Amino acid sequence: MSEAAIRDRTKEGFQELVLTELPALYSLARRLVRDGAEDLVQEALLQAFRAYGTLREDGAAGRWLKTILVNVFRDQVRKRSRTVDERPMGDLSDFSLYRTLVDEDPFPYSDTLHTDFLQVFDSEDLREVLIRLPDIYRVPLVLRYMDGFATKEIARLLEAPLGTILARLHRGRRLFEREMWAYAREAGLLTKERAR
Amino acid sequence: MTETKAIPCSEAVRQLWDYLDHAIAPEDQEKVEKHLSFCRSCCGELEFAKEMRAFLATSTAEKIPPHVKERLERFVERL
Repeated sequence: MSEAAIRDRTKEGFQELVLTELPALYSLARRLVRDGAEDLVQEALLQAFRAYGTLREDGAAGRWLKTILVNVFRDQVRKRSRTVDERPMGDLSDFSLYRTLVDEDPFPYSDTLHTDFLQVFDSEDLREVLIRLPDIYRVPLVLRYMDGFATKEIARLLEAPLGTILARLHRGRRLFEREMWAYAREAGLLTKERAR
Repeated sequence: MTETKAIPCSEAVRQLWDYLDHAIAPEDQEKVEKHLSFCRSCCGELEFAKEMRAFLATSTAEKIPPHVKERLERFVERL
């Protein structure tokens, strides 16, 4: 560990370090929970402060803080519910957003149908879709594809076998695509005005 | 030399994201590639999977409202 990479492990050092990470932490928390993102961040900050001495590199602070936040979230979910909502695939296994868009053709004059569909979602729409997913599917999806955690790392964080995480990512992607399509229709995202 | 077994579209599509993640066995990787070499529809699925991944990876971060940021900063200061 280089000297330059280490800040004094003092309260002031901690404060300076985490203040720049607050937006990213809050953003992750908002994608993990419908309500209570601020409380989740506070609890994570509290635990991070207690564990500050274990942080080896200041450069890794962002990922370290996110890891703590996910741990706090995981423990909260466990306290809330002892059962895991493993949604059966059912007709989900046959759903393809790609094919649905081709078949339904919501933007008949578009040469870039699939790209246009994605572009009608702003960050609030995207959050609404994510929040519709059960925790067990949403969390791996957010961590893998939005926050860039490796699949093995997610398995370790969520204390689940790698195969389970891969299966949940697979189901989660299908559910996510199906909910995107349902939400786009319900929220009127497919009107000409939105799909400029 | 053994010939790679053909797989149906449903199987190829099921594995596309794992294929992009390099999270499938080399022999399955080959099967997906062989399928993609002749299936235009699945190539479309593959392109869309790439677009979807880019869309998620580059989606705008949730903005922190100023009053929430202020409260969290005060929380950090009080630690």
